[in-house]
Parts: sequence; structure tokens; C-alpha cells
Amino acid sequence: MARVHSLAPGGVRDQWQEPQRKKFYQDVNISQREDGLFEINLDRRKLKTPGGKLFTVPNEALAVAVATEWDVQKDTLKFYTMNLTTLCNTALDNPTQRDKEQIIAAALKFLETDTICYRVEEPPGLVELQTNEWDPVLNWVEKRYNVIIGSSSSIMGPQITEETKDTFRQHLGSYNFWALTGLEFVITQLKSLVLSFALVDRHLTVEQAVLLSRLEEEYQIQRWGNVEWAHDYDMYELRARTAAGTLFVHLSSESSSVKRKLLQD
Amino acid sequence: MAAVSSPLRVCRGILKELRALKGPEYKRTLAYNYVLDQFRKNQVSSERYCRAQKEALHSSQSYLCLLASSRCHVALHKLYHGKGERGPDEVADIVGLRLPTQPGGKGWEK
Repeated sequence: MARVHSLAPGGVRDQWQEPQRKKFYQDVNISQREDGLFEINLDRRKLKTPGGKLFTVPNEALAVAVATEWDVQKDTLKFYTMNLTTLCNTALDNPTQRDKEQIIAAALKFLETDTICYRVEEPPGLVELQTNEWDPVLNWVEKRYNVIIGSSSSIMGPQITEETKDTFRQHLGSYNFWALTGLEFVITQLKSLVLSFALVDRHLTVEQAVLLSRLEEEYQIQRWGNVEWAHDYDMYELRARTAAGTLFVHLSSESSSVKRKLLQD
Repeated sequence: MAAVSSPLRVCRGILKELRALKGPEYKRTLAYNYVLDQFRKNQVSSERYCRAQKEALHSSQSYLCLLASSRCHVALHKLYHGKGERGPDEVADIVGLRLPTQPGGKGWEK
């Protein structure tokens, strides 16, 4: 039985300290069941979640991507490189036992302290950078969702109206449970609901969203210099996780399987 | 605002990453065949602005980003954080000292 970790509290960090698990399989394959779901096979064994459930994914793209995460492992299994597998495990096991409403509420909470709505008043270089880089994205999201969010340099942050919250609540509600799990993950990584929506709506690429999320760090790096083992390390980790989350949202949304059908007809 | 990278570049990028991960065997992986297949399928579209194409391109860019940044992350981890702690004799050796040996073992050890 293959056990990996999910996003339960402490789940991701624990992986660094864990004793290494040896790679116990040679071949990785996927198979489709009668109900359309896909399974991952490690040699002759079927992959299971940490909770003991059979590991199933809704479409081929996700199955291939997860299988690849397992296939590229070398002598020891590095679970921290298997972001898609981890997300699937979280969606399947739901270790924090939350329903859609609770996840949506958690996601909405981020709006009150959204990174791109929280502005500094100095130094002028950073103020200008925030205005030039964040305002366009904020405006785009406001226009697209027909909401007013605004930004603020007060310690209280932006004042989000109930209507704005309701609008976003509705949109979040339109995602299925899997996609929502991915979306909430992206929001917690980028520390911004606005950036996450811009990314998931494909207005930004992952690299752009990460850059915007780390704007202040990038500004400081420009001024004070880069420290590879900290700055680059954090950036690549954030990129990998955000990319995984974004891909997870897109692949989990029903439209991706429907579209494939239309193309084949 | 999303950067428009050509599908060809993204496809090549993904295949390069797969080769970096799997070595010469990479052409036989599930991912290699699936990715190539998807890029071929998405090439054909009669509309000038095909939403499905744009969406597929964004997803493939995300996947490329995932592969590339994971690789860089692991490389940096190995470089800076992979060594773990040194044992006490190694630490002593750095400053040219040696740990004392106690043939009877330390008092509290069994």
C-alpha cells in the first residue's frame, strides 16, 4: 500500500523531516475503470490515499500528470515534489473534514487581507511598484466580476462590502469540490484571492502571479541583493505549488473533459 | 496580460523537462505521448480565436512551470539543504579536534 501525505495541518512540513522511503516499484501506469475514473498503478499495486481510499482521478490528464510524479522518482520518494498527488489526496480524504461552504468561507477570509489590496505608504519606490503592478490586475478583477474591492494603506485594510463577498461566494460555489480544493490552495499560497482569480481566469500566468505575490520581496531583492538559498528557493517552491494548484483547478473543472469530447466529435 | 508563449515553445519545454527527469527513456513515458497528442489535437481549429486552444495553452504553460520550478527547487534543496546535520566527530574534525574515546562507554549509555 502506498501512502503519501495530504494537506492536513502539518502535513506538508512533516515531509521534510520524515525518514526517506525507498522507491518500491519499477513501472507506473494508469487504467480507466468502468465508471470513467482513472487509477494509478505502481507495478501491480493500486495507489491508495493516506486515508486508505483507492486513489482515483476524474480524467486522463490528471491521471497522467500524477503518474508522472511517481514515475520520475528516483531511489527515494520525495513527497514534497508530488504536489498534484498531494492535492488529489486532500480532495479524496478531506482530512480537515470541511464541506464546500467552509472552504469558501476560508477562501473569502483572505480577501480582507488580500496582498494586493494592502498598500504601503513608503518607500516611494515600492509604492509606485505596487500601484503600477497591482492596480491593473485589481481593476481587471473588479471589472470582470463587477465588484468594488479597492486598496488601502491603513492597517485595517480594504473595506469589503457584503455584495462583493456575495459575488465571490457565488463564483466560488460554482466550482466543484476538487476544483475548490485546488483554488483554496492557490489562494493560501499566493496570499491573495484577487491574484488567484486572475490566475485561474487565465489573465495571468503562474510566473506572473507569483511575481506579483512576491512584489515586495522582489523589490527588496533589487535593492539589497539576492540570496539564492532563500529567495530563489522560496520562489521556485511557490511557483511549483501555485502551478500545481492552478493545473489542479483547471483539470478538475468539468469543462476540460467536456471540451475534449467536443473536439473528438 | 498573460504572456503569449507559442505552443511550440511550451511543448518543447515540457518535453525537455521530461527528458531531464527520465533520461533517454523519456519518449516511452505516459506524459510524453499524452502531451504530444494533446498539442497535435489542439492545433486544429477553424476559429481565429479558439477558447479551448487558449485554455489548453495556459494549462500547458502551467504544467511546464510546474515541472521546471520543481526541478529548480529540488536542485536548490540538494545544494543548500540536502546535507543534513553533521555527526559530532565530523564537527570536531572541522576545527581539527578529535572526540575523546571512552572504552567503558559514557556513564549514562547502556
